[in-house]
Amino acid sequence: MSDHVSPVSLYVTIFAALMILTGVTVAAAYLNLGQFNFTVAIGIALFKASLVIWYFMHVKWQSHMTKLTLAAGLFFLTILLGMSLIDYASRNDFRDEPRLPPANPDSVIAPGR
Amino acid sequence: MSNAVAHADHGHAHHPALQHHFDTLAQQKEAAVIGMWLFLLTEILFFGGLFVAYMIYRIWYFEAFAEASRRLSLFWGGLNTAVLIGSSLTMALGVRAAQTNNRKWTVNWLILTMLLGCVFLGVKVIEYQDKFANYEVPGQNYNWLYHEQHSAGGEHAEGAAPAAAEGHRQLRMTPEQLQNTTQIYFSLYFTMTGLHALHMIIGVGLMLVITWMAWKGKFDAEWYTPVEMSGLYWHFVDIVWIFLFPLLYLVERHQ
Amino acid sequence: MLDTLKIPQRHYLNAGHSLKSWLLTKDHKRIAIMYLLSISVMFFLGGLFAVGVRLELATPQGDFVSADTYNKFFTMHGVIMVFFFLIPSIPAVLGNFLIPPMIGAKDLAFPRINLLSLYIYWLGGLFTLAAMVMGGVDTGWTFYTPYSASASNTHIIPTALGIFIAGFSSILTGLNCVVTIHRMRAPGMTWFRLPLFVWAHYATSLVQVLGTPVIAITIVMLFVERAFGFGIFDAARGGDPVLFQHLFWFYSHPAVYIMILPALGVQSELISAFSRKRIFGYSFVAFSSLAIAVFGFIVWAHHMFVAGISTYAAMVFSFLSFSVAIPSAVKMFNWSATLYKGAVSFDTPMLYAYGFMGLFAIGGLTGLFLATLGVDVHMHDTYFVVAHFHYIMVGGAIMGYLGGLHYWWPKITGRMYSEFFSRVSAITVFVGFNVTFFPQLVVGYLGMPRRYHAYPDEMQVLNVMSSAGATVLALGYVLPVIYFLWSLNYGPVAGPNPWGASGLEWQMQSPPLPENFTEVPEVTHEPYEYEHIVAKETHLV
Repeated sequence: MSDHVSPVSLYVTIFAALMILTGVTVAAAYLNLGQFNFTVAIGIALFKASLVIWYFMHVKWQSHMTKLTLAAGLFFLTILLGMSLIDYASRNDFRDEPRLPPANPDSVIAPGR
Repeated sequence: MSNAVAHADHGHAHHPALQHHFDTLAQQKEAAVIGMWLFLLTEILFFGGLFVAYMIYRIWYFEAFAEASRRLSLFWGGLNTAVLIGSSLTMALGVRAAQTNNRKWTVNWLILTMLLGCVFLGVKVIEYQDKFANYEVPGQNYNWLYHEQHSAGGEHAEGAAPAAAEGHRQLRMTPEQLQNTTQIYFSLYFTMTGLHALHMIIGVGLMLVITWMAWKGKFDAEWYTPVEMSGLYWHFVDIVWIFLFPLLYLVERHQ
Repeated sequence: MLDTLKIPQRHYLNAGHSLKSWLLTKDHKRIAIMYLLSISVMFFLGGLFAVGVRLELATPQGDFVSADTYNKFFTMHGVIMVFFFLIPSIPAVLGNFLIPPMIGAKDLAFPRINLLSLYIYWLGGLFTLAAMVMGGVDTGWTFYTPYSASASNTHIIPTALGIFIAGFSSILTGLNCVVTIHRMRAPGMTWFRLPLFVWAHYATSLVQVLGTPVIAITIVMLFVERAFGFGIFDAARGGDPVLFQHLFWFYSHPAVYIMILPALGVQSELISAFSRKRIFGYSFVAFSSLAIAVFGFIVWAHHMFVAGISTYAAMVFSFLSFSVAIPSAVKMFNWSATLYKGAVSFDTPMLYAYGFMGLFAIGGLTGLFLATLGVDVHMHDTYFVVAHFHYIMVGGAIMGYLGGLHYWWPKITGRMYSEFFSRVSAITVFVGFNVTFFPQLVVGYLGMPRRYHAYPDEMQVLNVMSSAGATVLALGYVLPVIYFLWSLNYGPVAGPNPWGASGLEWQMQSPPLPENFTEVPEVTHEPYEYEHIVAKETHLV
C-alpha cells in the first residue's frame, strides 16, 4: 500500500495531460494518416492508460510484486490478441484481399417494420 | 526471498481493522493491493475477449466499421470521455483525502465521483435511445438505411445505394452487405459499452457504500484500504473507456 | 503408544455446532469440508449421466434413448464433471484445507472471500441444475456456435449462466491462493522450502485467474447472441463461428491444466512420503508446474485443427503443443528417480500414486498423438480423444484427488479408514478404469465417432467391455463413501502423523485447531527431510 501521499498538483497535472491527449486523439482522427490513424489513436490511448495506472492508481510507488502482477496480466492479454491473429492473418494464405461478406440476398437479415 | 512477517507483537493495541490472521496492518494492506490487482487482471482478460472480436472484424470489414462508427455522436462520446477522466481525478483526490485523514473531503470527492459517474450513465442512455430510434440495434429490427433515409437532408430515393455517405470513399460493399456487417459492429458496440456501463453501475454502487463508510468515520490515515481499492476499480473502468472511445467513435473521421 | 491416541478436545469440527457456525464460517477448513460435500454430490450426478451414456452404447443401435436425449446425457455429464467437479475438486477441497498449514499460516489471505467463493459455487450449481431439471442442454459441453447461438432450442442460457457464475468461484479461489502464498508464509518458509503441493496450486491459481475471465466473456457473447439476436458469431451476417471456438478454447485448454496441476502436486507429496525420500530434482518439479501453466496458454487451437483455422496456424499450434508435454515428462522422470532406492510402501494413497503414474503416462502420450496435426485430422472427434482426456482426467486427476483424500483423511478427520477396503477400492478403480477406457482408445482408432448414440455392429464387443468396466469403476467410487463415513465414528484414532510424513501440516493435531497452530511455526529445514523424521507405524487392518 502506498503510504506515499502525492501532492494535489500532481493529480491535476495528470488530469490536464489526459484531457489534452484526448483532444489530440480527436484531432488526429480528422487527419488522413491511412493505416497510421489506428496506431496513433491506440498509441495515445496506451499512453493515457499508463498515466492513469502509474499515477492515479499509485503503481509507481507500489511493490515489485504489484508491478509484476500487472505486467503478467498485460502479457497474457497480448497472447490472447496476438495468437488469435496467427490464425486470422494467415487464413487467406497471407493475401491481403479485402474481405466481403456473403453477397447472397437470402442471407440478409431483413429489417422488420 | 522470504516475504514473511515477524511474529505478532502482542504488546501494543491492534488497529480495529486488523484481521486476526494477519500479523500487521502493513501485511494486510499489501495482501489487499495484490488481491485487487489480481481481480483487475481478470477484468482485463474479460474485456480482452471483446477486443479480440473487435480486432478481427475491424480488419475484415473496415469499411462497415468506418461507416457505422460515423453514426455515433462524437460530441456525446467526447463529453463522456472528459466526464470519466474528471471522475478519475475526483476519485484520486478522494483517496488522497482519506490518506490525509480529511473525512469531510473524502466524502465530498467521493460524492463528486459518483455524480460524474451518473452523468456518464445518463449520456449513455441518451446515446442508446438514439440508436433504438434509428433501428441501429442488431437483430430482427435492424435497418442500416433507416438513418440515412430519415435524417435531415436524407431525401435520397428510398432504394438508392448511398454511393458515398457525406462525401466519403466509394463504398465497395452493397447495402445488403453493409446491412449485415454493420450489425456486427453494433453488436460489439452494444456489448462493449453495455458491459462497461454495467461496470460503471457497480462502481457507483461501490462508491455509495464507501462514501457511507467514510461519512461514518471508519477510515483514517492508517487504514483507508477500501477507499484505495474502490479507487483502483474506478480507475480501471476509466481505462477501459479510454480504449473504447477511439476504437468505437474514431474509426474513420477524416474526409 | 498407539492405543493411547485420543481425538483432541478442541478442534475445528467441534468449535461451534450450529448451522450458522458452518454457513458463516471464516475457517478455511470448514469451507473445504462444505466444498467436499458439494463436489461429491456433483460427482455422482455427473456419474449418473455417464451411466446413461454407457447404457446406450452397450448396443450398436440407438435403442435406449433418443438421439436428442443422448446428446443431453453427454452434455450434462461434461458440464457437471468439468465445471462443477474437476475444476474445484483439489484446489477447493485439499488446497483450501492444506495450503495455510503447509505454509505455516492461520488461514487464507481472504477468509470471507473464500466463503463467498463457496456461495457462488452453490449459486452456479443451482442455475445449472435448474436448467437440467427444465430439460437440459444438448450442445455438448463445448457449446459450439452456430448450434448453440441459434439453432438449439434447449436451455442453454441458464446452463451457461450457471457456468459463468461458477467461474467466479474458481477465480476467487485462485486469487485467494496466490495472495496467500505470496504474503502469508511463516518465518523461514522461503519459496524453495515450500511443499511441491503448494507450487502446484500456485501455478493452478495463476491459470484460474488469467483464463477463467475469457470463458466468462465468451458466455456473455453467446448470451447476447442468443437472447438479443446479435450477430457476433453469425456467418450469415459475416460473423465467424470459429471465433467462438478460439475464445472458448483459450480458457478451456488452460482449464485442463487447472484440473491436472493440483493432482500433479498431490502426486509429488505421495511419492515423497511413501518412498520416504526427498523428491528428486525439487526445483525442476517446482518450475515445471509454472511452465505447464504458462505453456498451457499458447496451445489452445490444437482443439481446432479441423475447424477451419488456417494450416499455418495449425502447424504453429501443433508445434507448441509438443512443448507442453515436456514439463509433464520432467515430473514423471523425477518421480521415478525419487522411487529409485526409496523405502517404498504400498499404502492406499501410494496405490493411487502408482496408478496415476501409469495412467497419466498413457494419457499424456496419447495427447502427443493428438497434437500431431496429421494424426489429429483422423482422430479428431473420435473415441480416441475421449479416451485420451479420460485417461488424464480420471486416470490422472481423479486418482490424484482420491490419493490425496486418502493421504490427508486422518489429518482432516482425525480417523483412519479401513486399510483393507481402501486397497480393494483403489485396485477396483484401477482395473475398472482400464477396462472402461482402453477399449475406447482402440475403438476410436478404428474410427468410432464421439457424441453418436449408435455405431457400427463390429464395434460392439469393445463398447460392451467399456460399459462393463464402467460398472466396476462405479463400484470403486462408491466404496470410499462407505468406509470414509464409517471411519468418522468407528475408525481408529490417527494421531498427528500416522504416515510419518514431512510437512508442517503433520505437525498440527488431527483434526486441527481452528487457528491451525498455537504458535507461529518457524521453518529452519528444507522440505522432505526424511532423514530427520522417525518412521512411524501406520495403521494396518
